[in-house]
Amino acid sequence: MTDTKTNDTDIESEDTEKPTRRDFVVLAASAVAGVGAITAAVPFIRSLSPDASVLAVGSTEVDLSNIKEGETITVMWRGKPIFVTKRTPNQIEEVRSVNLAELRDPQSDEERVKKGKEQWLVTIGVCTHLGCVPVSGKGDYNGWFCPCHGSHYDSSGRIRKGPAPANLPIPPYEFLSNNKIKIG
Amino acid sequence: MKSDSSMDKNSPIDRVIEWIEYRLPIFSFLKHFSEYRTPKNLNYLWNLGSIAGIILIIQILTGLFLAMQYTPHVKMAFDSVENIMRNVNYGWLIRYTHAVGASMFFAAIYLHIAKALFYGSYKSPRELLWFLGIIIFIVMMATAFMGYVLPWGQMSFWGAKVITNLFSAIPVFGEDIVIWLWGGFSVDNPTLNRFFALHFLLPFLIVATVMIHLVALHKHGSNNPTGVQVKTEYDTIPFHPYYTVKDFFGFGVFFLIFFGFVFFSPNSLGHPDNYIPANPLVTPPHIVPEWYFLPFYEILRSIPDKLGGVIAMFGAIVILFLLPWLDGSKIRSANYRPLFRIFTLIFIINFIVLGYIGGMPPEEPYISVGQFCTTWYFLYLFVILPIISRKEKLKDLPKSISATFK
Repeated sequence: MTDTKTNDTDIESEDTEKPTRRDFVVLAASAVAGVGAITAAVPFIRSLSPDASVLAVGSTEVDLSNIKEGETITVMWRGKPIFVTKRTPNQIEEVRSVNLAELRDPQSDEERVKKGKEQWLVTIGVCTHLGCVPVSGKGDYNGWFCPCHGSHYDSSGRIRKGPAPANLPIPPYEFLSNNKIKIG
Repeated sequence: MKSDSSMDKNSPIDRVIEWIEYRLPIFSFLKHFSEYRTPKNLNYLWNLGSIAGIILIIQILTGLFLAMQYTPHVKMAFDSVENIMRNVNYGWLIRYTHAVGASMFFAAIYLHIAKALFYGSYKSPRELLWFLGIIIFIVMMATAFMGYVLPWGQMSFWGAKVITNLFSAIPVFGEDIVIWLWGGFSVDNPTLNRFFALHFLLPFLIVATVMIHLVALHKHGSNNPTGVQVKTEYDTIPFHPYYTVKDFFGFGVFFLIFFGFVFFSPNSLGHPDNYIPANPLVTPPHIVPEWYFLPFYEILRSIPDKLGGVIAMFGAIVILFLLPWLDGSKIRSANYRPLFRIFTLIFIINFIVLGYIGGMPPEEPYISVGQFCTTWYFLYLFVILPIISRKEKLKDLPKSISATFK
């Protein structure tokens, strides 16, 4: 169907190799729509990231004075359990005598505690396999045992047996005094 | 594989398409859309359906992301909305888009309905298409009402109280029904909790009804500004690319208005009192519904009787179901019905005046004007329309749609 003459020339010029003004308008409109669609997706995706109130969660202070030797306490930091353990001299000696080549995630005990505060082990109590909380004082290595899939950690929180790939992570923390630490 | 169909289709993609098509006719369904033929004289009022469709999608999308951050509990609802505004990344944008979106949805739907009234789109053979539209409108109002309750501000609470109390006007069972709706002896946490669940559900009922609306539309095709049925191919053009491009242009204009409000005046369509947390002991001095409910609110208020007001308000919507028969004219478009054209425009203006009066305090002269407009609303539909549509002298209809193109 041919309505008018101008339409005819339009149709003809579309058949040639040379881009027409209409091609340009289609391209420009598609580009604007594409950029607009991507821009519109950003707020939706970003709205699911941690919001300002979650990011504002600061640090946790822990009083160490009431922890007995050989005992582990669990405190909450950023929604996760933090294990604070006062180790016995036996435990320290045991984990320091291990040959690093035997470990799946080789790390010496010295790297995992603060110098001069070897008694204190502070780890994030989340199994590096699939995120369960290991049980204190259980397992084959006098440390932790994860009930979910059977990972064993020693009393330095290092992975010794089971499917977990890495040692229990160490959170950022510092000693405020002899009896107080700040996590975060 | 069928022997007759695989003759000249040798590419692997064609074979996959054919394999699927034989089992699930999705490609012929898509073909229907690309080849769907549409009257070639549609004006911009025919853009409103697709605009309503895109706003429905926007409401569902923003609503989904709001529901991920909102807490439907009386102690936390208001604060969780403020958390969305202040802390959630782009939460302010998503909430304002959802809130302004509701207004835009109703603006588009009112224009969509006005178009149908003016061009007789409700007349045979499109009565069921019209019915489905009214059902969508009713579910939309229920959805918007329940959504407005969720932030649990003053207007939310008192709106919920007033609207649920409409059912207390029902004789004998009224009070029991209201207690059942509330889940208690007043609007409280059980009410908020169930409104959240229903506000999430109803949009999907709207989507389903819109699908049926489209099935009914595609059966006989769109009406057009002449109201003359399509007679030959020359009256039509394929929907794609002609009306897809026109719809995209409509989206562009619509988004400019929509996001003009969202970014530059997001609260101008709302009520400031909804930024005050709900207080069951104090009703705000000037309680009004959202603007898109005002005409019906005014009809309710104009009748000085509880049950009568409720019946009039619901009747004002339900009467629209009778429109295809109240209008006895043989032709559709108001462009060829001089009297009907004037009265339809007056009817639309009357409806706007009803909305304006609904936003005014209940005092003179607003009470009298409101009652006059309410009377006119029903008088027109029940008496004037049936008479003029059967008696009036019609203008000559064009022979066909293409005959109007010189």
